[in-house]
Amino acid sequence: MNMLARAGAAVFLPSCGQVRSMATLKDITIRLKSVKNIQKITKSMKMVAAAKYSRAERALKPARVYGTGALSLYEKADIKAPEDKNKHLIIGVSSDRGLCGAIHSSVAKTMKNEIAKLTGAGKEVMVVNVGDKLRGLLYRTHGKHILINCKEVGRKPPTFTDASIIATELLDSGYEFDQGSVIYNRFRSVISYRTDEKPLFSMETVANSENMGVYDDIDADVLRNYQEFTLVNIIYYSLKESTTSEQSARMTAMDSASKNASEMIDKLTLTFNRTRQAVITKELIEIISGAAAL
Amino acid sequence: MMAARLLLRRAAPALRQVRGYAEAVTSATQMSFTFASPTEVFFKAASVKQVDVPTMTGAFGILPAHVPTLQVLRPGVVTVFSEDGSSSKYFVSSGSITVNADSSVQLLAEEAVPLESLDLAVRDTNKSYGFISILDISVSLFQPRCSPNYSLLISNKPTKSYQWVF
Repeated sequence: MNMLARAGAAVFLPSCGQVRSMATLKDITIRLKSVKNIQKITKSMKMVAAAKYSRAERALKPARVYGTGALSLYEKADIKAPEDKNKHLIIGVSSDRGLCGAIHSSVAKTMKNEIAKLTGAGKEVMVVNVGDKLRGLLYRTHGKHILINCKEVGRKPPTFTDASIIATELLDSGYEFDQGSVIYNRFRSVISYRTDEKPLFSMETVANSENMGVYDDIDADVLRNYQEFTLVNIIYYSLKESTTSEQSARMTAMDSASKNASEMIDKLTLTFNRTRQAVITKELIEIISGAAAL
Repeated sequence: MMAARLLLRRAAPALRQVRGYAEAVTSATQMSFTFASPTEVFFKAASVKQVDVPTMTGAFGILPAHVPTLQVLRPGVVTVFSEDGSSSKYFVSSGSITVNADSSVQLLAEEAVPLESLDLAVRDTNKSYGFISILDISVSLFQPRCSPNYSLLISNKPTKSYQWVF
């Protein structure tokens, strides 16, 4: 009798009028177990992200002073590249790992806009992707602009050595860019970050800039070394900011995922109890009506 | 007349303003000194009296109102003389220094350690070593597992020997 009742519930009803797919106790149990597992996983991911975030934020403090010091020359000397220069470079800084909200997509969106703007103005643009996710987002539509892809970013905190490896690859690639920009996520607070852009200039642009006459005793060798070092510094700064934003975004994303999972668990538990009571009531009714028939 | 000419000649490169006879140098009495490595900040917009830096073109002493310049550092000792007269020394491996027109100085070093935490006399096979290679202007300082001091091994091959006077 019970089996028949259950089988009747599982049979597919033709869609005429109201169709209520009555979830059996078994289905709800399976669903409840899987959502509970997911909640455990997202909770632990949130704690891991919180630990990594606090470490990254601590490392960001000196890195910020360092990075703003490195960029201060460009601001104080007000260096602007002349408009007719054609070769541009965009460095997009992100990471390999997902589940962090809109981190990768916001950087990729800004990069795509920049590429479209520059190619529309007739300039040549090449792109350096730091982080595998950016490669995934860009290679299909802007594959021919990609110069370098960097992997294994985001697993461990970035160091100055990583930044110098990226800069060395870029300088060895032979692409003589005139100016460029680094697009990264600047960390503002635990719950917010902003996609930001910092300028890069080539040696010739800096040397020919009008305000550089103020700085005396600069020969080409010194300027080249200085520029290469500044390039590494800017990449290092953007890497540090980027990882902090990414960990905080992952923390908030996993937190909201765990909250959603708990809500689902509550709803499912209620449905489970209701279904359980309905099954028991049905069995009772069947028993009673069966007994009455005798 | 002579005094005015002297004033103008000395001040013209640094300050783009016409100075009268007795105008004080208002914008450049303070040096805003920032000294940082990628992992540590030593000075942030601090006001110091003088900074001595070793650069590829020679050792500089930088005072407030120094003429703007960009330089690349070479391995050596940076000495910072603060306002109260005390001095602190740091060993830097490489980096850059920027002196801007508004008398702000940014000294960015790739690796920088206070001199007190360097222990020259220790050469222990159990600890890791740092080494200076003159050709490759960078210093790798590995932190030994057992003590917080850095150990420094200086190569004394004749062509590459370098005497540090601390």
